[in-house]
Amino acid sequence: MMEAQLHLSASPHIHSSTTTRSIMRDVVFSLLPAAAAGILWFGARAAAVIVTCIAAAVLAEAGFNLILRKKQTVGDWSAAVTGLLLALNLPANIPLWQAVLGAVFAIVVVKGLFGGIGCNLVNPAITARVFMLVAFGTMTQAAFPRSADVATGATPLAELAAGEEAPALLDLFIGNHGGAIGETCVLALVIGGVYLLARRVITWHLPVAFIGTVFLLSWVLSDFDLSLALAWIFSGGLFIGAIFMATDYVTSPATPWGKILFGVGAGLITVLIRFWGNYPEGVSFGILLMNILNPYIEAWTAPRPFGGKRA
Amino acid sequence: MAFSLHGVHLPHRKATARMAAVRVAAPKSVLLPTMMHIGRPAVPVVKAGDHVDVGTLVAEQDGLISSPVYASVSGTVKKITEIVLSGGAAVPAILIESDGAMTPDPALCPPVVGSRADLIEAIRKSGVVGLGGAGFPTYVKFLTEDPGRIRELIVNGAECEPYITSDTRAMLDESADMALAFRALEEHLGIPRILIGIENNKKEAIAQMRRLAEQDPRITVRPLRTLYPQGGEKVLIYHTTGKVVPAGKLPIDVGCVVSNCSTLAAIGRYLRTGMPLVERCITVDGSAVREPGNVIVPIGMAAGDVFEACGGFSAAPGKVLYGGPMMGVSVPDLAAPVLKNTNALLAFSEKDAAIPAPTACISCGACQNHCPFHLRPAAIARAYRNGDVKKLEKLQPELCMECGCCAYICPAGRPLVQTNKLAKAVLRDARAKEKEAAQ
Repeated sequence: MMEAQLHLSASPHIHSSTTTRSIMRDVVFSLLPAAAAGILWFGARAAAVIVTCIAAAVLAEAGFNLILRKKQTVGDWSAAVTGLLLALNLPANIPLWQAVLGAVFAIVVVKGLFGGIGCNLVNPAITARVFMLVAFGTMTQAAFPRSADVATGATPLAELAAGEEAPALLDLFIGNHGGAIGETCVLALVIGGVYLLARRVITWHLPVAFIGTVFLLSWVLSDFDLSLALAWIFSGGLFIGAIFMATDYVTSPATPWGKILFGVGAGLITVLIRFWGNYPEGVSFGILLMNILNPYIEAWTAPRPFGGKRA
Repeated sequence: MAFSLHGVHLPHRKATARMAAVRVAAPKSVLLPTMMHIGRPAVPVVKAGDHVDVGTLVAEQDGLISSPVYASVSGTVKKITEIVLSGGAAVPAILIESDGAMTPDPALCPPVVGSRADLIEAIRKSGVVGLGGAGFPTYVKFLTEDPGRIRELIVNGAECEPYITSDTRAMLDESADMALAFRALEEHLGIPRILIGIENNKKEAIAQMRRLAEQDPRITVRPLRTLYPQGGEKVLIYHTTGKVVPAGKLPIDVGCVVSNCSTLAAIGRYLRTGMPLVERCITVDGSAVREPGNVIVPIGMAAGDVFEACGGFSAAPGKVLYGGPMMGVSVPDLAAPVLKNTNALLAFSEKDAAIPAPTACISCGACQNHCPFHLRPAAIARAYRNGDVKKLEKLQPELCMECGCCAYICPAGRPLVQTNKLAKAVLRDARAKEKEAAQ
């Protein structure tokens, strides 16, 4: 009687408590300092953009699954991550309908149509950011902190590229300058990154390789001016991109050397665009292009099996 | 060590390590399958109605890779029946009704060992197989053409699976028998070096084994990082000697023989007493067991009887395991007998028996970053699903030892061990076909 109820299953019979859901939740937690800093600097309008993006992303995912009769996946928090990440990549003064469009584009076009979580070829949030840059010119004129009417103007990156005086390093570090909601406060982003490292959601390889490459090249290209090099890395979307977007599991390599290669490549492209390209910022393009190269990097850096032949 | 192989940190749950093994009362009957080892089933040499004593031969080994089976209780052979083993094979099994006396067979006496051949024959006759779980007939490992080939005997005392402490107890309580086996192997097989690998969370076992090492310069104790699967054969060889066993090769090809500490204790016991392998120490634990502990039980005792001897169940069991939670086998009912290579019986409540429903792979890389052999389980699963044999050839799933690290760590709860096994089968079939076509 009792015996008839015994479950049969293949080993292993125990599992780690880490799940896709707990990982995604950790990513949301790690972005909260940056979100808080964004609201602090850019005001209630920033909060409205964040809420709008998350709601649009989650609803888009739920609706997409519902319409196509796929298994409901909103519970895994990944749509919330995409929505939040996208919001932090947008300026506070963006029209809300554009924010909604970006979130729906990220979830439906970049993720859903390719098969949903785990199947996207490129990072949804970064691709949506690039889409909006191309479609609406988003981020060419960015909001400024604590201005009553959310004034816009050139970002530090544009100033740096034009050889003008950039804001003080401390202001850059704490986020007191123009830019996207979540990208300006380097301090908050580093706190979130440390949390992800501590929770073992990410490893140091990719962010360090990415930021390190941009730093080194900027230092060389600015005639070894240390404070200028620091201004280059503290400006724009480098920290949010390197820590939170390039490290997206699906679209980045799994091996340590693969991550380093990805980071160096993305850093190189970023610097090329920043110094010689038409756009002021190259982080998104850097990540997007490396996303596309990811399958090759995975293949090149595949480990050799222990006792086996080279794969 | 140059570098350490990957693995996973598991909860230890080894509360039974402090509990010395207790011999249980003789069960009413035992069921002895003729195959409790890797190889061919033994052939029954008794028939219904025969009287047997403890240690009486009931099934003789058949061929080189096989092992004899001995009665584990005194009493009467009721019938020769058939049992379906967890691997799916149906083999003859001998049902013996106990007379409760546990009378040892009067013909038994310690073996006289004067030569290499004597020792190997003694190990063969002892019926000892790999007691750590593998069940490979132990004597075969020592059958080398060139006796000098064995450079190192590696004693597996890693005991890296959660819950199980029967090996720890063997090292603590049966070190004298282990020493006896060591001396015999050194003397008659000329084994120059014995390395005992133990995870460093077993301080008392390490101390006890170091006492043996103090008396014998050929013995070295190697404390190992507590990281599952430290007791995997190739992992253990690498971490104790630095040698890598190439794909498709055996430990002996790099001069090593690996044997479990309980196996060696059983050999020593046979050399001392002449009583073949008829009982063993197993750990009984799990959330559904009322009185977890280590017990010495006759081989062939039903799992249900063993749990009964441990106070019965505190909750209705949802899953019963032979062996540890990482590599153990779940059984359909409690009538299954304890086998020679059963090192633990675990029973879990319904709540702990649940396995996660798999979700989509998010390519996090945790499976490959935790695989001791640097395999890529997610990629193997993908190639298997696509029927991509060419890709599988590159990914080499045949190296997988099915330790379960990948499936344990997978945040999407994907059954990666199963897909590895299936991929192995696909490769085997493809290679067989290729061979056929070539002929």
